[in-house]
Amino acid sequence: MTLATLVGVNLRRRLRRTLLTVLGVAVAFFLFVMLRSVITTLNASAEMSSATRLVARNQIGIVFPLPISYGNRLRAVEGVTALTWANWFGGLYVDERNFFPQLAIDAESYLPLHPEVQVDAAQRQAFLADRTGALAARSLVERFGWRLGQTVTLRGTIFEGEHRFTLRGVFEPGSPGFDGVFFLHWKYLQERYRDAEYLQNVGWYILGIRNPADAPRIARAIDALYENSAAATRTETEQAFQHSFITMYGNVSLYLNLIGMAVVFAILLVAANTMAMSARERFAEIAVLKTLGFGDGTVLALVLAEAGAIAVAGLLLGLGGAGLLFNLRDLSFGGMIPGMSVAGETVALAAGIALLLALVSGAVPAWQSARLQVVQALRHVA
Amino acid sequence: MPIVEVKRASKVYRRDTQELKVLAGLDLSIEEGEFLALMGPSGSGKTTLLNLLAGLDTPTAGSIVVAGEDIARLKPKQLAAWRARHVGFIFQLYNLIPVLTALQNVELPLLLTRLSRRERREHALAALRIVGLAERVEHYPRQLSGGQEQRVGIARAIVTDPTLILADEPTGDLDAQAAAEILELLQRLNQEFGKTIVMVTHDPHAAARAGRTLHLEKGVLQERAAAEGTPV
Repeated sequence: MTLATLVGVNLRRRLRRTLLTVLGVAVAFFLFVMLRSVITTLNASAEMSSATRLVARNQIGIVFPLPISYGNRLRAVEGVTALTWANWFGGLYVDERNFFPQLAIDAESYLPLHPEVQVDAAQRQAFLADRTGALAARSLVERFGWRLGQTVTLRGTIFEGEHRFTLRGVFEPGSPGFDGVFFLHWKYLQERYRDAEYLQNVGWYILGIRNPADAPRIARAIDALYENSAAATRTETEQAFQHSFITMYGNVSLYLNLIGMAVVFAILLVAANTMAMSARERFAEIAVLKTLGFGDGTVLALVLAEAGAIAVAGLLLGLGGAGLLFNLRDLSFGGMIPGMSVAGETVALAAGIALLLALVSGAVPAWQSARLQVVQALRHVA
Repeated sequence: MPIVEVKRASKVYRRDTQELKVLAGLDLSIEEGEFLALMGPSGSGKTTLLNLLAGLDTPTAGSIVVAGEDIARLKPKQLAAWRARHVGFIFQLYNLIPVLTALQNVELPLLLTRLSRRERREHALAALRIVGLAERVEHYPRQLSGGQEQRVGIARAIVTDPTLILADEPTGDLDAQAAAEILELLQRLNQEFGKTIVMVTHDPHAAARAGRTLHLEKGVLQERAAAEGTPV
């Protein structure tokens, strides 16, 4: 027998209560890990944006377009080396549950400016040569079981009608921001909706710049150009642009962090209550241990070890559950958060919280046990 | 040279403004290998004296020297270590840990020593053999009779080979036959193994097994040899 055996038998003493507490802690950590993973995945996607690209969008909001006529003046801004544009297509594949981002791009200028879209040369050529062609991320192709040359039909929500695209290429996303994306030709839309007013506009411009250090100056220069126009611009780094996508839903990170913390705090109270009950029931036994010569420190450590075991078991179960779910399913939340994974920092944070949980939930009963007056406690037994 | 020397020890409990004097300037010497019985009415201070000898409580005044060390001066942490080394305590209600087997209960005090896992097990088995429970090592307390539980309690008290064995009414919760067996065992530990035993008891028959009986009356000791007759 060892001191660990003593911790183990005490945890098994009221097995159902211990298991339920561990399960509660596990569910809390599972939720925490899921929520944190949404935040870290969204942030990672934004962080990995190129430093040599700027995005100019309508100042009012991302859903408002910019005139196609801005292109030539933007190209002429000092420091701008390349220019391309894109539109949000917003089509439905079979039904609403199959959401994935679809971008109508000027492929000839878009692909050279985005080396992260890694596609085989022959497939790239096939895409460029076919106005009804499409380029899809590997994860998307695997998700729907598509094959090269297959027709993918999308139902337009912004561009009404049925749209049939031929899958010409499959690309590997070099950055999480491109995972799960479906590209189609902007020119296809222009041809099909030749007279539509919308296509006199683009969703946003993407500008290649020579030196990342010039980004603030170039952004200011562009915004100054259209300051008093009907469609004023807001030019920002690609990272800030990605964040603006996220904040379309409000301060997502704050909400998710708050929910995660609330869940952890709730379970902290549950674990603390369990530990308090467990220790209170055993004050007489703790008095016996102290009579045998167990010091205050050893008693304190024994109670804290029990709290620690509950926290660690819950942590491992929660992390294991989340890991299993990520392995078994492609968790992209319907394509909204492509490349979803558990980051190392999330695991480290969860481990830190588990440690805190053990210390906080075990602190009061451990302290009470350590300070227990043996003579008084034994008198209660007798 | 006595193994225990108590000099002018007093114990006063204070509650709010009230003072309760339990022991008043008590002097006591116990020789090594002695079997001493402490008797007296409820509230006379027997258990308080036992607790002081065990280092579970500290005297308000006076000194308690055990094996040359004044334990009244020790800090709580030192006192815990001292208890582990020098005291084997036998409780009236056995106080075994219900989720541990007999062997594990006996092994408990050895967790505080430097013995290896194997050595701890061997020591615990030896102690259980001495108390006649070699066949019950894997039994849990609920699977044992009261007498057997107290035997495990005694094995736990002797497993570290302590300087002093202190027993607080060890037969108080047992029937006559089981009580007689426990007293026989304590007598054997004293006579065969030379253990120094201090036993608190209400039972004159139990006290008769001891070599010397002391009576406590309102915190003051009165001595009378057990063989001389019925105690006061």
